[in-house]
Amino acid sequence: MSVLVYVEQAEGKFKKSVFEAVSYAKAIADQQSTNLTAISIGDVADSELKELGKYGASKVLNVSADQLKTFVNQAYASVIAAAAEKEGADIVVLSNSFSGKGLAPRIAVKLKAGLADGAVELPSTDGKFSVKKTAFSGKAFAITELTSANKVIALNPNAFGVKENATDAAIAAFTADVKQSDLGTVIKEIVRATDKVSLPDAELVVSAGRGLKGPENWGMIEELAGLLGAATACSKPVSDADWRPHSEHVGQTGIAISPNLYIAIGISGAIQHLAGVSSSKVIVVINKDPEAPFFKVADYGIVGDAFEVVPKLIEALKAHKA
Amino acid sequence: MKILVCISNVPDTTTKITFTNDNTEFNTSGVQYIVNPYDEIALSRAIELTEGGKGTVTVINVGEAGNDPTIRKALAIGADDAVRVNAAPRDAYFVAKQIAEYAKDKDFNIILTGRESIDYNGNQVAAMVGEFLDIPSVSIIKKLDVDGDTATIEREIEGGKEVLTVSGKFIASCAEGVAEPKIPNMRGIMSARTKPLAVVDAVAIEEVTKVTKYETPAPRGTVKLIPADQTESLIGLLHSEAKVI
Repeated sequence: MSVLVYVEQAEGKFKKSVFEAVSYAKAIADQQSTNLTAISIGDVADSELKELGKYGASKVLNVSADQLKTFVNQAYASVIAAAAEKEGADIVVLSNSFSGKGLAPRIAVKLKAGLADGAVELPSTDGKFSVKKTAFSGKAFAITELTSANKVIALNPNAFGVKENATDAAIAAFTADVKQSDLGTVIKEIVRATDKVSLPDAELVVSAGRGLKGPENWGMIEELAGLLGAATACSKPVSDADWRPHSEHVGQTGIAISPNLYIAIGISGAIQHLAGVSSSKVIVVINKDPEAPFFKVADYGIVGDAFEVVPKLIEALKAHKA
Repeated sequence: MKILVCISNVPDTTTKITFTNDNTEFNTSGVQYIVNPYDEIALSRAIELTEGGKGTVTVINVGEAGNDPTIRKALAIGADDAVRVNAAPRDAYFVAKQIAEYAKDKDFNIILTGRESIDYNGNQVAAMVGEFLDIPSVSIIKKLDVDGDTATIEREIEGGKEVLTVSGKFIASCAEGVAEPKIPNMRGIMSARTKPLAVVDAVAIEEVTKVTKYETPAPRGTVKLIPADQTESLIGLLHSEAKVI
């Protein structure tokens, strides 16, 4: 019995959400009085792999086969499941990232395991192995019992936090047979905006809606986000009108996020939008309509015209930083 | 080209979510059901890809007879025929197994789902079906083009996108951007009544998950309003009280 955590690399580096998944997996390993092993696939330097020890991984399996340098969903799932079997791991933890969402279900089927995705807390230890996960697009949580012997958990970013737990990580090369049929998808191109904070991982988010009147007015939103080191987001009408890309749309039919701070500017707060952002830790709403439903779920609010308030907010933030 | 589109029957997006029976069951009273919005995107793309005699679109749903109006809506949008696996959808593992069992000997070139259902938000079914059928799966796609036996797909990744190709059979879960959702026209609605809707039995599979209870998010305290001309005090509160900046 042990816990295995998959650590997703991007260009040879681990992101905060990975260290968070390792921290979470270590806490589960402690609950179960067992060890935590991490598995990394792709080109990652030993110095970076050693970092995983900081958060409690006592062993790191390093898979660096040529055909697995870039993400192949099916093959990665096979390798992770093979590692779980070889290590005798009955709990597999991943980050609920875009790639994690593709991997976790395949691993679950391979291991005949129940899957809790979008986990937001540690499993319960009252005899049943239950995990609290988001449901109804953030409108509720489902306490899901994993009744199978093997279990897979995909942790939501920002749900658990990074917790240091210094251990010396032993790095071991790991190889697993990959079938030709596992290599059916071929990556042609990866486009990554390196100058921007990625929305699903962001701790701070500045979001704007129809109240901004047009895409030409997003300059101040980007300036505010830039000053804060925040990601930008938008409401559905804005992405539907092509003012902003779909990847920025948060809400029930966009993406759900749980940043530490969500600033909503010119967004009224329809139930579908609130669903995607209600697990934000602190919500600030700026809207000229004092009756906007968003104020009911906000921690801080300013009733005022975005075109007057946001430039003042930028000035105040500059003064605060100086 | 034969395409199978998996659809879920979900509460309308405006539904206020409540629970009954000591928070162990979703309160269905007064709830309107719709085709899961992401599945509509998948269905719309499937119809575009097969238009003009280039293929057929079958929709599949795992659910009880109460789902038939939702399935008819998918037929009205333009699917050619439909299948309902007659069982309450226990969890994603169960649903994926049913879909895989149905599809395994039917020779579909492409299977599409929405990126997730808006009720349980699993995003599990597509990749699970892929695993049960041992075919490639691509999750959360933004674009899908098909040229002969090869599909070119854009997949969302943190802060960007990945462009990939896949040859032969595959399954993908569709997000916004893949297609504009089609709205049924009168002819579609009329013809949907007579399009075939087959009902098949479910296969048995072991239980791996069970929802034991639901919770709703804790209510927030009352909003603290700050006068519009005192933005500096908002910055101050975010720094010293909320400690988020």
